[in-house]
Amino acid sequence: MQHLVNSLAQEMPSVDRNGAAVIALQEVWKIYDTGEIRVEALRGISLEIARGEFVAIMGASGSGKSTMLNILGCLDRPSRGVYRLDGVDVSTFSPSRRADIRNQNIGFIFQTFNLLSRTSVWENVEAPMLYSGTSKADRAARIEEALEVVGIPEKAKALPNQLSGGQQQRVAAARALVNRPAILLADEPTGNLDSATSEEIMAFLQRLNSEQGITLVMVTHEQEVADYASRQIYMRDGQILRDEKT
Amino acid sequence: MNYWMILKISLKALNRNKVRSALTMLGIIIGVSAVIAMVSLGEGARRQIQEEIASLGDSTVWVRAGSRRSWGVRSASGTMNTLKAGDFDAMLNECPAVKAVSPSARSMAQVVFGNQNWNTRIEGYNELYPEMRNWTIAQGSFFDDSQVKAAARVAVLGNTVWQELFAGSDPVGQTIRVKNLSFQVIGTFKAKGYNSWGRDQDDVIIVPYTTVQKKFLGGALHVESGLVQAVNSRATYAAEEQIRALLRQRHRLGPFQDDDFMIRNLSEIGEAAEATNRMMGGLLAVIASVSLLVGGIGIMNIMLVAVSERTREIGIRMAIGARPSHVRIQFLSESIGLCLLGGILGLLLGVAVSIGIPLWLGWPTVISINSVVISILFSAAIGIFFGYYPAHKAAALDPIEALRYE
Repeated sequence: MQHLVNSLAQEMPSVDRNGAAVIALQEVWKIYDTGEIRVEALRGISLEIARGEFVAIMGASGSGKSTMLNILGCLDRPSRGVYRLDGVDVSTFSPSRRADIRNQNIGFIFQTFNLLSRTSVWENVEAPMLYSGTSKADRAARIEEALEVVGIPEKAKALPNQLSGGQQQRVAAARALVNRPAILLADEPTGNLDSATSEEIMAFLQRLNSEQGITLVMVTHEQEVADYASRQIYMRDGQILRDEKT
Repeated sequence: MNYWMILKISLKALNRNKVRSALTMLGIIIGVSAVIAMVSLGEGARRQIQEEIASLGDSTVWVRAGSRRSWGVRSASGTMNTLKAGDFDAMLNECPAVKAVSPSARSMAQVVFGNQNWNTRIEGYNELYPEMRNWTIAQGSFFDDSQVKAAARVAVLGNTVWQELFAGSDPVGQTIRVKNLSFQVIGTFKAKGYNSWGRDQDDVIIVPYTTVQKKFLGGALHVESGLVQAVNSRATYAAEEQIRALLRQRHRLGPFQDDDFMIRNLSEIGEAAEATNRMMGGLLAVIASVSLLVGGIGIMNIMLVAVSERTREIGIRMAIGARPSHVRIQFLSESIGLCLLGGILGLLLGVAVSIGIPLWLGWPTVISINSVVISILFSAAIGIFFGYYPAHKAAALDPIEALRYE
């Protein structure tokens, strides 16, 4: 798994990587203007996250934490401000280029797992590699490796609805890791899990961060979950309230 | 990017909704099979007409005496006694485009052999007739020029007459009675079947035209009509012009006088039949195209349903790195797959119907490779055309909203 991290250094568009910020937001605004209502979801956020950090973003619903995660994941783009990913301003990228970043540089884990239904575990984990044009032999090797890392190599042929919640989240993690991204974004990864499974998943994510050096950014509203992180950011009304390292 | 894998995803999606896919394809299946069946029917009818014209001799021209005009009222053609046997000899000798001529005289008559009798056409020609009409003798022989000159009472039977009078036994050398005159049967023709106007071409007895003139038409010297063959099919119009000039000269017609004869080209009749047939074929093709269009709209409808049903899947795929173009290709290949599969099934059905029609209904069909290729390409085009809008809609989805979609 070590080469996961190594390969990233080569693939990432990079300007400066000597411990500098892999994620840098500069005065980022997100404004939803429907004509009738104007919502300022993010109000001038500036934030830097260094390579290898494990960051928890906390806040009440409506505080803008999910919006920020979507922008960090290139699912959304800022209304104003600059988002530099490893030194490259990606806030002006076209939908196709943002798709490539989601494919190559960022992995997602969702609260609702978001696995493709009626599609086997193997094919779910394979899906990101279909869009990156990985050869068949490479794909098989990487799927096996990813399933090994998340600890469910025996479930390759199962369908998502035959798995427990914790196992489904592990499949989602395998899918997020299979293209060897530098950054893993998790949106309430334990929101749909019981407490025992939550601990299991969080321990796994923490190990991923400490052993593999993956930069981890997680949104949660549970303090216990946030405590796994090494840095906690509290948001309110689209602004950063507190930013503390533990 | 792995296009083959994306195609596989599309096929899997089609396979998941088998009944829906089959019902959607039905429109295309019916449309394509209708196009192929209609085109092969039209092609079969066209081929039949062509063969008929060829068997009549496409280089053959009929020359008929003109119609009588009295006080402005015109009678049927052939009622003027303007054509003589000599006119036909002159055509053969003086018109370079003319290869053969045969004066003709005809009558209906009751024919008797033993205790059998039959009412049929008696047609008189000269010895060149079988060659001009491209009609071979099955048994015995045809009469020769000396028998024509002598107005011999010899007869060659069409297949139907032979069957009716002789029930298939050897007629050569037998004597039949036509209008109380005895004729010796010297041969029979090969069966020719019905022509496109539904007339039994084998229900005829051919005798020397001189015999018809003398025995049935009261010794008339004029000729009602005659058959002229041009040297080849391209020379047919030249032959017509030469005959017209020759006859006007021989009949001493001034420049302002109407022709006192008529020239009919057999291929003109065939062309008219073919034009009708082509129009029918065009109409049927329009109907078939409309059904293809309706099938295409069905495809678009079902693809729109599929896109909104699978919004969440689209969101997931986008989140893990599918570009808009990947999503577009996935849905486009689904609709093209539906149409192509429908097209192939329709093709098989259409070919089966085209093979079946001659067996069930007796209408000739010819399956044209063109219609097969065109209908397959057409159904793929329908897939692209009607699949593009739903695929574009899918590709234009916002990943966040698609992920939130319930």
